[in-house]
Amino acid sequence: MGHLSATPVVDRTDDRTMILNMGPQHPSTHGVLRLLLEIDGEAVVRMVPDIGFLHTGIEKTCEAKFYQQIVPLTDRIDYLCPMVNNLCYVLAVEKLLGMEIPPRAVWMRVLLAELQRISSHLVWLGTHAMDIGAMSVFLYCFREREDLLRIYEMVSGQRMMTSYFRIGGLAMEPPIGFFQAVKKFIDNFTEKIDEYEDLLTGNRIFIDRLKGVAKMDAEAAKLIGLSGPSLRASGVDFDIRRDFPYGGYENFKFKVPVSNDGDVWARYVCRVQEMRQSREICKQALEGMPTGPIKADAPKIVLPDREKMKTQMEALIYHFKIVTEGFAVPAGEVYQAIESPRGEMGYYIVSDGSAKPMRVHMRSPSYANLQALPQMCEGKLIADVVAAIGSIDIVLGEIDR
Amino acid sequence: MALVPAITDIEQLKDRPAVAALLGWNAKAVTGAKFDRDELSIYVARENIRDAVAHLKSAGLTDYMSDVTCADYYPREPRFELAYHLLSISRKERVRLKVQISGDDPVLESITGVWPSANFFERELFDLFGIRFLGHPYLRRLMLPEDWEGHPLRKDYPVEGFR
Repeated sequence: MGHLSATPVVDRTDDRTMILNMGPQHPSTHGVLRLLLEIDGEAVVRMVPDIGFLHTGIEKTCEAKFYQQIVPLTDRIDYLCPMVNNLCYVLAVEKLLGMEIPPRAVWMRVLLAELQRISSHLVWLGTHAMDIGAMSVFLYCFREREDLLRIYEMVSGQRMMTSYFRIGGLAMEPPIGFFQAVKKFIDNFTEKIDEYEDLLTGNRIFIDRLKGVAKMDAEAAKLIGLSGPSLRASGVDFDIRRDFPYGGYENFKFKVPVSNDGDVWARYVCRVQEMRQSREICKQALEGMPTGPIKADAPKIVLPDREKMKTQMEALIYHFKIVTEGFAVPAGEVYQAIESPRGEMGYYIVSDGSAKPMRVHMRSPSYANLQALPQMCEGKLIADVVAAIGSIDIVLGEIDR
Repeated sequence: MALVPAITDIEQLKDRPAVAALLGWNAKAVTGAKFDRDELSIYVARENIRDAVAHLKSAGLTDYMSDVTCADYYPREPRFELAYHLLSISRKERVRLKVQISGDDPVLESITGVWPSANFFERELFDLFGIRFLGHPYLRRLMLPEDWEGHPLRKDYPVEGFR
């Protein structure tokens, strides 16, 4: 296939237009997204996204690893909310195994997943506002995100690539002082959101840049595969946490913010409201946190405690077996979908009965959301492209995988 | 929740709305069904997949297309098994359509006419598995450069790549 060029080339369709190459190193594309724009003056006639700059073949790598070795790989897919990816993967494998996990682990997972949702939305809010021109919001958002990263560091030893969830529970008991730190954060967080809203929600420039831009109605949004807050901003009342409860979400009460406008402003409002709801869930999780073990009682699948491994022969044997041979997973296939901060995150895992998965496919929300971008931008002004990219909140790590 | 054995007898699954709808529409198109781990899979013949997806949509049984993906069962034939994950937001139900295709002739009809959201998913399968979709508007490599040789997610493609 040597006659083809290595990257897509778009030809002009008209003498009046020109081709503009946006990215992959453009700061407002939130990663290595390349957009080929055909423009007529200030108006976008056509848009062709070009992705794959960050393709690392994670799905292929997974096929060569034991089930438990894949957890760290899932961190790298959506690097703004690693624990949500971990959660989706471990839920899928637990479904394949038919495994039950103890309540404390369930609640901890919900608590951490919601904290990740907040920190992911904070990055989105900061960068989105910066794209529009409101520089200071970025600094405010990253101040709170820093607190959250410290909390993740407390619990897992890592700020970003946490790998804290395990098949069958959690890696370790949260340290002393963890719950107090979370409580301190969520107690102060409401006024922090008010602060962001003071800076943005009444801001004339911000409103003018966002209202009525990149509109998408409910029917079109469902057809093109939008999901998550972007879909809800188009008036589709659908949240996987509420409609297909997974991993303990049936125990929590929260509202799902929906808007009917379908523009960039509606997506902004939905996400900010979602942060407030996530805070509510965190609060409920802290108040009702059960006590007990954090790992399931399944010695052939869950690694034994370090202490036991060094003192008991049986635990040492299990440890050795799991690390060297992995554990066999009954043959079958599952599709586990969860609500990631960006939308429907799904893992499709096919097992052939051995210790390594036959196929791991990640349905990443950004990937499907990106498809909607040309529809949102074509016929609109080039300055609105930047607002539209920010509004669908894409993460290129999860698009390219 | 301990594992319960999968139900693979189509007679027992007849009263599921999606199975009933497809059987009522074209019983020959449905080649099997499976209910395993709370998930319903319906096997559809290769030539009927686009119409089956369109029928489930027009019958109001699905209103969202989540995912299209594939698994390679090399060296078994038919080698590829495609999985279409469809969702009904209003009825809160998921259904998976499955199609088996052989390695010699990995061609089937594109569903982009029914669900435009399948566009990137089918391009990804073309890129990484080498499956061709008839009627796709822009079937080109997506992840890899256009002069890449081979399809990495096939089982006969080494993990470390060709050296």
